[in-house]
Amino acid sequence: MTAHERISAAIHAANDDGRTALVPFITAGYPEPGGFVSTLNTIATAGDVVEIGIPFSDPMADGMTIQRSSFEALKKGVSLAWIFDELEKAGGFGVPLVMMSYLNPLLAFGYDKLAERALETGVCGFIVPDLPFEESDEIRSALEAQGLGLIQLVTPATPDARLKMLCDASRGFVYAVTITGITGGDVGLPKDLASYLDKVSSMSTTPVCAGFGIREAADVAAVGKHASGAIVGSALVEVLERGEDPTAFLSSLR
Amino acid sequence: MTSLLQAGEADALLQASINGDLPDERGRFGPFGGRYVPETLVPAFERLEAGVKEHLHDAGFQADYQRELREWVGRPTALTYAPRLSERWGAEVWLKREDLAHTGAHKINNAIGQALLAKRLGVKRVIAETGAGQHGVASAAACARVGLPCAVYMGAVDIERQAPNVDRMQRLGAEVIPVESGDKTLRAAIDEALRKWVTDPAGIYYLLGSAVGAHPYPYLVRELQSVIGQESRAQMIEQAGALPDAAFACVGGGSNSIGLFYPLLGDDIELIGVEAGGTGDGLGQNAATLATGTPGVLQGSYTIILQDDDGQVQETHSISAGLDYSGVGPEHALLQATGRVTYLTAGDDEALEALEELCEAEGILTALETAHAYVAARKWAKKNPGKRLLIGNSGRGDKDMPTLTKYPVRIANSEGGSNDGA
Repeated sequence: MTAHERISAAIHAANDDGRTALVPFITAGYPEPGGFVSTLNTIATAGDVVEIGIPFSDPMADGMTIQRSSFEALKKGVSLAWIFDELEKAGGFGVPLVMMSYLNPLLAFGYDKLAERALETGVCGFIVPDLPFEESDEIRSALEAQGLGLIQLVTPATPDARLKMLCDASRGFVYAVTITGITGGDVGLPKDLASYLDKVSSMSTTPVCAGFGIREAADVAAVGKHASGAIVGSALVEVLERGEDPTAFLSSLR
Repeated sequence: MTSLLQAGEADALLQASINGDLPDERGRFGPFGGRYVPETLVPAFERLEAGVKEHLHDAGFQADYQRELREWVGRPTALTYAPRLSERWGAEVWLKREDLAHTGAHKINNAIGQALLAKRLGVKRVIAETGAGQHGVASAAACARVGLPCAVYMGAVDIERQAPNVDRMQRLGAEVIPVESGDKTLRAAIDEALRKWVTDPAGIYYLLGSAVGAHPYPYLVRELQSVIGQESRAQMIEQAGALPDAAFACVGGGSNSIGLFYPLLGDDIELIGVEAGGTGDGLGQNAATLATGTPGVLQGSYTIILQDDDGQVQETHSISAGLDYSGVGPEHALLQATGRVTYLTAGDDEALEALEELCEAEGILTALETAHAYVAARKWAKKNPGKRLLIGNSGRGDKDMPTLTKYPVRIANSEGGSNDGA
């Protein structure tokens, strides 16, 4: 099984269990770099796939929570090289990991080295929010040569023909953005969410996970009827920020 | 920096640039440019690109645009001979007076063009970012002129140092939204405007103020600013009787400089862009992107940026808010790589001195941004006596009074006049 197939398999396994797959997101090294690995261990027991956010100086698709966590982690010296080293020392978490990173830190790291370090540390796929498919040839071929997945995002603004193209290109899962907006929204999920997610799911042969604005059990349930998984980011980062127990929060979503 | 291009590629790309073949259909100026934007904005960029193709060179649009430039902006702007600077520098110095354009800088050329485009695209409202406030003021005025509501994102640091422009924007009917995230300057303002655009990609028009960002902005802004170079070229021939030996412009994102340089690329003119050298050479002490940066992706474009080894974009410093930016337009990255344009730096103190010299010698209070171009021009003139120089006087300095009043007037009148209280 290739790395990106492990992601899809983990999501299918949750669905076969009668559950919506849960994909918790944390910003690496936030609130404290020292707690990174232990936090990952904790959320890996509740999540089916775990998403690690790579801090970036210009998080243009993110709301205040992820911006704050990103700037703070950078201030404390968190870097992609450090994250890979920490993952390697920890020696595995029992779930597939995916990284969410803006393009420039990956470009600076070097795509071939990126693929190599990902394979060595259990990272199976990448989500790159400022990289549209048209600009992705180079990184996609470097990742796919190693069986790693480049996960495509689709949004409610994506026209149907493009939606089909992105679903076909996506590896691991398809990231269906629930809203027309940035992460961390608290205005609730849109009314036409069901038909949008049904459309994406019908077009995709890889599982579909929905993200942005998912904050509580009702959101996970709403998404779960029309998609294979739910991604929880800002709400979890806020729990960690307040020093609360992530296990309790993640179990409350079930 | 020619190492960024394959052997032999530089000449071919420069020729393509002169021929008007760049950017290519993917929005690339050689290796630079492109479109690195969130998926939510991809359809919006495709609509914008289609709209630019349909309208920008359409006769009806051009008639409206040219009329607005003439009757509302006040174009053509003057080309002014500078006799006293010429004498001091041992050169023949000509100034292209974008400071005389409506609202006080070249920014209006782009703002009114894009506002007319926004109107044709049928959007509900316009958003813009601003650094020095000049683009914000220009956008506010242009939106009022075409009848569209306008919101301007501005970093909290810039709001403080460009206070007069904040008031002007508000009086022109724009909402000014302070940006408290990131570095609280131009870069953060662009990030925040992009975040806003993502919430309503079909209803909002993003009126970007410089030749930066994702395709088609660097192309669109260049096309709208090229009037500077086109007029300069004709005016030099008419008034000076010849083209200049060298032309100078300041470079932040690079809109006034690309506007001046682009129509002159095919001529035998030395072209020199001047970036903000700030207080020194260290990372974070300047905004000398082309002089000290490396290739990377920032805010939609693959270009030269100021970043650390981990690809984190670095904060910048310049006394001038309009040059205080960690990236630069992708076409400048190509012009540097091909060797066609030379990019130099000028420091904060040098810029202040140049501003004072121009005030005293020619009675022109130029913008702090623009003053950087004079620093390099003066040095060049001293090394190349008797040559003809053209300086892009991109904006006026009234907006800089809160900054300038922090510094005492330092240049005594060197020709023996009175010097009350200085």
